[in-house]
Amino acid sequence: MKEIKVLLVDDEEELVSTMAERLSLRGIDAHWSTSCEDALKRLESYQYDIAVLDVKIPKMSGIELKKEMEQRCARTKFIFLTGHGSEADFKAGTAEAGSEFYLVKPVGIEDLIKKMKQLLGK
Amino acid sequence: MSCKQSVVGQSGLQFFGKMTASISHELRNVFAVLNENAGLMEDLLLMSEKGTPMDPERLKSLARSMGKQIQRGDGIVDNMNRFAHEVDQPIRPVDLKETIGFWVALSARLADMRGVKIDPVGGEKIIITTNPFFLENLLWCVVDFAMGTVGKEKTVTVTSERGETGIRIRFSGLENLEQTGTDEFPSEKEQVLLESLKADLSFNSDSEEIVITLPEKIHAV
Repeated sequence: MKEIKVLLVDDEEELVSTMAERLSLRGIDAHWSTSCEDALKRLESYQYDIAVLDVKIPKMSGIELKKEMEQRCARTKFIFLTGHGSEADFKAGTAEAGSEFYLVKPVGIEDLIKKMKQLLGK
Repeated sequence: MSCKQSVVGQSGLQFFGKMTASISHELRNVFAVLNENAGLMEDLLLMSEKGTPMDPERLKSLARSMGKQIQRGDGIVDNMNRFAHEVDQPIRPVDLKETIGFWVALSARLADMRGVKIDPVGGEKIIITTNPFFLENLLWCVVDFAMGTVGKEKTVTVTSERGETGIRIRFSGLENLEQTGTDEFPSEKEQVLLESLKADLSFNSDSEEIVITLPEKIHAV
């Protein structure tokens, strides 16, 4: 499954780094960023199949980051993670990603992989 | 219920909701990190059972990380509990510096989301008799406005001190205060909070500051 390239973006470093390590153990090419700036910079040298974005990231929301990323890499598909935001966050997030790909933390790693495969039609 | 009570009640509920939503979000993050740490530990143990050598240091490091997250969660719950009890005795003596520190701990994540740091600068210990919940609500309203006026440093510095006319809380680093304009702030909500706390609010574009002046003591109505 090494062909799946994933970028995880969340300001919780320990969360994304550990999640990336667990995805790598399962054969997924997983990278992580703790800021929107770093995530966008990574797109300059790498094309991701999937980006898993926290809805609330400092400075720029996950939804704004998705829009920026889409302009730079049209093939990337998105999954949102949330710590349970407001009703407005839920509506905006599900409108962007679809309710199936708007997941509430904590997320089981196998569930996340299942969603990734579903998103990529695998 | 008077119009003033209604405004202050609504403002208080909004503030309470905003802070508890932020706290619950932070707790979710703690659980999410613990979930990944526990999951990775399980992954490594399963791999070990299948013959992959396991580095004991890696397990120790994961256990330490989990301990840190539990401490972090405990701190968040302590703050939540204190915040919930803030209204038990509406007016009471409070250590202003300590109250500001607590309020910064509550508000830091929301400020962080806007890319702003709230920096409480240590000053002398000042005990005032006030309504701490209203005060924390007012501090949030001011910083919520102030965050839109910060300069390149993206920091709002909060200082408490004794002044000639009362106790002052200064919000500085507001480089864009003049450009932002102060026509719509303070609004009715802040005015009612100021009135309830017998406080004044002033702007100083030269020193790029907002200053709240509080009396040393207010009395229950």
